[in-house]
Amino acid sequence: MTQYQLSTGEKKFIGWHLLAAILAFAVGSFFGPLQAFEHAGWDLYPYLKPLIKSYYQGLTIHGVLNALVWTTFFIMGFLTFNVIFGLKRPLKNMTLNKVGFWMMVVGVLTAAVPILANEATVLFTFYPPLKANPFFYIGLTLVVVGSWVEGWGFFMTYAAWRKEHPNERTPFIAFGSLVTTLLWQICTLGVAVEILTMLLPWSLGLIEGVDPQLARTYFWFTGHPLVYFWLLPAYISWYAMLPKQAGGGKMFSDSLARLAFWLFLVLSTPLGFHHQYVDPGVPPVWKFIHAMLTFSVFFPSLMTAFTVIASLEYAGRKQGGTGTLRWIGKLNWSNPSVAAQLLAGILFFFGGIGGLANASYNVNLVLHNTAFVPGHFHLTVATAVTLSFMGISYWLVPYLTGKKLWQPKWATIQAWVWFIGMIIFSNSMHVLGLLGAPRRVPLGLAPYIPAEWNSRLFQVGVGGAILFVSGVLYLVVMYKTATNKQTVESEVEVPIAEAMQDPALSPVWLDRWSPWVYGALALIVIVYGPQLFDMIKNIALTSPGFRVW
Amino acid sequence: MSTQSMHIDAYERNWMIFGIVMLALFAAAVSVAAFGMGIQVPAPEQRVDPRTVATDPNSPWSNPGLREIAPGKYDAYILARAIPKWEYLPNEMTVPAGSTVSFYVTSADVQHGFKIQDTNANFMVLPGQVSKLTITFDKPGTYNFICTEYCGSGHGVMYGAIIVTP
Ligand code: HEM
Ligand SMILES: [Cu+2]
Ligand SMILES: [Cu+2]
Repeated sequence: MTQYQLSTGEKKFIGWHLLAAILAFAVGSFFGPLQAFEHAGWDLYPYLKPLIKSYYQGLTIHGVLNALVWTTFFIMGFLTFNVIFGLKRPLKNMTLNKVGFWMMVVGVLTAAVPILANEATVLFTFYPPLKANPFFYIGLTLVVVGSWVEGWGFFMTYAAWRKEHPNERTPFIAFGSLVTTLLWQICTLGVAVEILTMLLPWSLGLIEGVDPQLARTYFWFTGHPLVYFWLLPAYISWYAMLPKQAGGGKMFSDSLARLAFWLFLVLSTPLGFHHQYVDPGVPPVWKFIHAMLTFSVFFPSLMTAFTVIASLEYAGRKQGGTGTLRWIGKLNWSNPSVAAQLLAGILFFFGGIGGLANASYNVNLVLHNTAFVPGHFHLTVATAVTLSFMGISYWLVPYLTGKKLWQPKWATIQAWVWFIGMIIFSNSMHVLGLLGAPRRVPLGLAPYIPAEWNSRLFQVGVGGAILFVSGVLYLVVMYKTATNKQTVESEVEVPIAEAMQDPALSPVWLDRWSPWVYGALALIVIVYGPQLFDMIKNIALTSPGFRVW
Repeated sequence: MSTQSMHIDAYERNWMIFGIVMLALFAAAVSVAAFGMGIQVPAPEQRVDPRTVATDPNSPWSNPGLREIAPGKYDAYILARAIPKWEYLPNEMTVPAGSTVSFYVTSADVQHGFKIQDTNANFMVLPGQVSKLTITFDKPGTYNFICTEYCGSGHGVMYGAIIVTP
């Protein structure tokens, strides 16, 4: 069976996304180990002067490039692939998507200038009244709008496909990508309003002050669904690609997979107050309601865990695996793409548990803004997502470039080294948080460190060193692959796990957009509307800006 | 052709039921802690003008500090600031063991945090808002309070202490 083929132009276009993503990862991740070493008492920042002036300038680069740029570019590239390959048709308007992509690139470069000039050391959350140079906000806006434009290109392509195939079920990888895109377009309205109505005019001197509490509320409207924007592309791969790679497996339940994606669309935005449990200006009743909704969004993740594990088990048994757990050993662990994604999934399990703790309303009183939080999200975005994306790139880059993956064995080792380094790093960060250590503090220098933290701080450094090795290995494998003289013999096969049950038999309501979209918007209006209305009505633009770095 | 329907495997149905029950239990535990045991999160207390809160003579934060309002009961007005340097005013307070202290904290400039080590007190401090939380100190000792939100280069040195005497 021959697969649908992407054109050379399409492959190049997706390749540009990956190149930008990997460059961002290279620069952004460089600072991670430096931060970890600093915690362990080994301060390398004096050697970076005058290029990088402080720990916080580095931390801004780390957060912005890793959490925002590496993820968004990789995701837009991967979704572009999924839409074209899934729908088996070219983009409706390639030019539009190109415009979107280059807007994102220009946006990153625009924001990079003030960040590198130390004029935007506001971290990736840019909480006002810390006031950055206007180009920082303009750059971020361009990145977001560029990603919208690419998304509109996906929707137009889908509409064209729908006209051509009125009665077909949307192929799963395209379906998941479109839901992810829509979720992103809805939730980014929060930061768009924050920047356009407050931060940008304020940084340009058009208004005197901002309302920090309202700004946080806009920010977290986007901030939580952001994590699903990161996660859902990895889920698409885990559901519909990984089982095939791991041993010729099939997707256990197509309809439940679709239902899970819809639930993410509906539930992932109206719960941002769980990042504001300890904010003074939000009434506890709304915090509590958002806490309950936060528990509910764990449900589609539990469904995902079941379907993915069941699909993998099918693959393992097909390879002759037996026993309750022994089939796991039969999965195709020697394939670096498989190893990376399986290890990512294992650590995500622990990330999920930590997330439940964070989400638990008053338990959050103990954890808020402690080192527990970065401990948690290095398991989620920096491993479940990042290591999965690395795994995806181990087949996607050869597919796009026609070059053989350089030394698959080293790629597999890379995944394991990340896994081990992250266990050490993240475990010690979690413990430090429980002991009361704050985040966003160069802990090597802080004056209030009790002796009992020291061994844990040292472990943060050890984990960081191991992660550094893995990060470099990833970059080497990518570079060597892209410049490999050995080309693939035949076209790289795109791993697609067929559903066990013909998707055509899944209920029609799982392929209708409007009920879910209206449902999502209605829920947002119900649980955000009253409080947002109240805050906007009582807006106090009383905070002038500060540059305190 | 078989009909369109949602096929759900028995194992999967059980798993989903298990999941719902677990999440309901978590929700119940959190609710009991919140409403039964009174472990509450901050609620809107008061709004202030950050430009004048530290200087207006009518503002308690123009003269921050500890006030005894009844025997063993205190109000602590604390001002967090990054300018001219990163500090809390006051940065040291002494109360006898068994005291109940209500903290009223606000910021004169950027966002800060306020976390008293070894207690449940941990909240954001925002310019324009007053964060309030009440804590009873039963055990004597020194309780550091530290800043938990990035507030500029000196964020990591911003802390103070409550000394609880026997
Ligand atoms: C190379 C391995 C990495 C190491 C050793 C590392 C280390 C760290 C450390 C120690 C912190 C805490 C800094 C602080 O609170 O003061 C941090 C923050 C952070 N890291 Fe990483 N990191 C790594 C990779 C990543 C990746 C791949 C991502 C995302 C895809 C990521 C996203 C973040 C974010 C969003 C923050 C929070 C920044 C902030 O508080 O503003 N990190 N990292
Ligand atoms: Cu969240
Ligand atoms: Cu601070």
